[in-house]
Amino acid sequence: MIDLIFTFIAAGLTLAIFSFLYKDNPFYKIAEHIYVGSAAAFWFLYLWFFDIDPKIIAPFRSLYKEHGFLKMFSHLSPEHWILLIPITLSVFMLLRFIPPTAWISRWSIAFLVGMAAGLGITGALQGYIIPQTEATLLPIYTGNLFTSFNNLIIVIATISTLIYFFFSREQRGIIGIFAKVGITFIMIAFGASFGYTVMARVSLLIGRIHFLLFEWLSFLFS
Amino acid sequence: MKNFFEKIAKIDRRIVYLLIFLGVTIPLITKKGFKFEPLQEVKKAYDFIESLPEGSVILISIDYDAASMPELQPLLEVVLRHLFSNNLKVLMMGHWPLGLPLGQIALEKIAKEMNKKYGYDYVFLGYRPGVAAVILNMGKEIRTVFNTDYKGTPIDSLEMMRGIHNYSDIALLIGFEAGATGDFWVQFGQARFGLKIILTSTAVITPDLYPYYQAGQIVGLIGGLRGAADYEILVKRKGFAYSGMTAQTIIHIIIIILILLGNIGYFALRRLK
Repeated sequence: MIDLIFTFIAAGLTLAIFSFLYKDNPFYKIAEHIYVGSAAAFWFLYLWFFDIDPKIIAPFRSLYKEHGFLKMFSHLSPEHWILLIPITLSVFMLLRFIPPTAWISRWSIAFLVGMAAGLGITGALQGYIIPQTEATLLPIYTGNLFTSFNNLIIVIATISTLIYFFFSREQRGIIGIFAKVGITFIMIAFGASFGYTVMARVSLLIGRIHFLLFEWLSFLFS
Repeated sequence: MKNFFEKIAKIDRRIVYLLIFLGVTIPLITKKGFKFEPLQEVKKAYDFIESLPEGSVILISIDYDAASMPELQPLLEVVLRHLFSNNLKVLMMGHWPLGLPLGQIALEKIAKEMNKKYGYDYVFLGYRPGVAAVILNMGKEIRTVFNTDYKGTPIDSLEMMRGIHNYSDIALLIGFEAGATGDFWVQFGQARFGLKIILTSTAVITPDLYPYYQAGQIVGLIGGLRGAADYEILVKRKGFAYSGMTAQTIIHIIIIILILLGNIGYFALRRLK
């Protein structure tokens, strides 16, 4: 029975969203608002039960239960003191909502920016730029005609695309020719990417129509 | 003649919707399939899983949500069935909170179907925020990030987790990706800790992941519905993805014809003017 109810709700919401293809209407708006509301509630619950409660509140809760509010501070371990740093930064971030103290939130933002930059730079260098550069240094002749041709394309595409983004000299002569080859490869990459995007959207439609045909309608007529 | 070109240059969108609807519905109802060979990158992913010894631990990361469900959910079920049938142990987690229930539903469904026991054959860790920090800390000690499973059970009390501490105890990561989280797994999990990775992705982000495959940073790539259909062929269990590929192919043909018609109309009108 529960399955039946949920299948009908899902089918109703799917049809409500599809109704936008005709024009904007109240059914579409209802479905859209249900999605936004439920997603926000879901996010909140997940953050509370998987992050805030186990990581921040639980360690202090056990101390509070054991020693009471005032005495618990004299029993804080090094792990508890370390926890106070992110808690303080979180409180600073929330101060954005109070105009006179909003500037304090910049400290939390500065911490986040610094951490993200550090992680991003090392991650990109170690995990992307260096291995990808290595993967571009390929032999033009491998003994296998097909592999050699593929390697040649990768080498030419990489060099010509890099030249296209070389703006220190006017793109004329040999640089101009390479830049044109580069932009051709970029356009092919955009085309491939767009083709995959079409494929993804069609897959979503297939999924929904499959659900309507074989789960909802089969329920309806069984 | 001008009237004809005007018509094909501006086909009514309702006709386009109708063609697309019929192009999807008819193949799904008739269940006629095309024959195609699995892609090399999918075959490599399959072969790598086949080469793993029984009892190896596979970490699955759910990095998608309901918006990508039709592309990744059927594949998740097929992959889980393949892993359990090879007696591999599954450790599931996720970086997308909205997608975690989808992972949990699939895991519990397939585990029940394959008679697998929670805590012995599979564990569901849940979610922690901070993608890069989570991946980096798990490389040192999983307990610093997940000291309990999703129900709050201490992971040390679970039989399967006793010998699992970091990526050196994990044979393979399979990331189900609908966004940029796969980049984090490669850039931090693979580059820093040498974690073996197979990425399965929605078609939108598949082109962004091919450089990792070409560079050998990931052992296999299963992209979009096509990748899922290939995998279904390899595990000899044709399902939703395989039947969906017929509809996909027909829609692609319709779209190509519409693009050609639109361009013919546009250029013919320009010449007539």
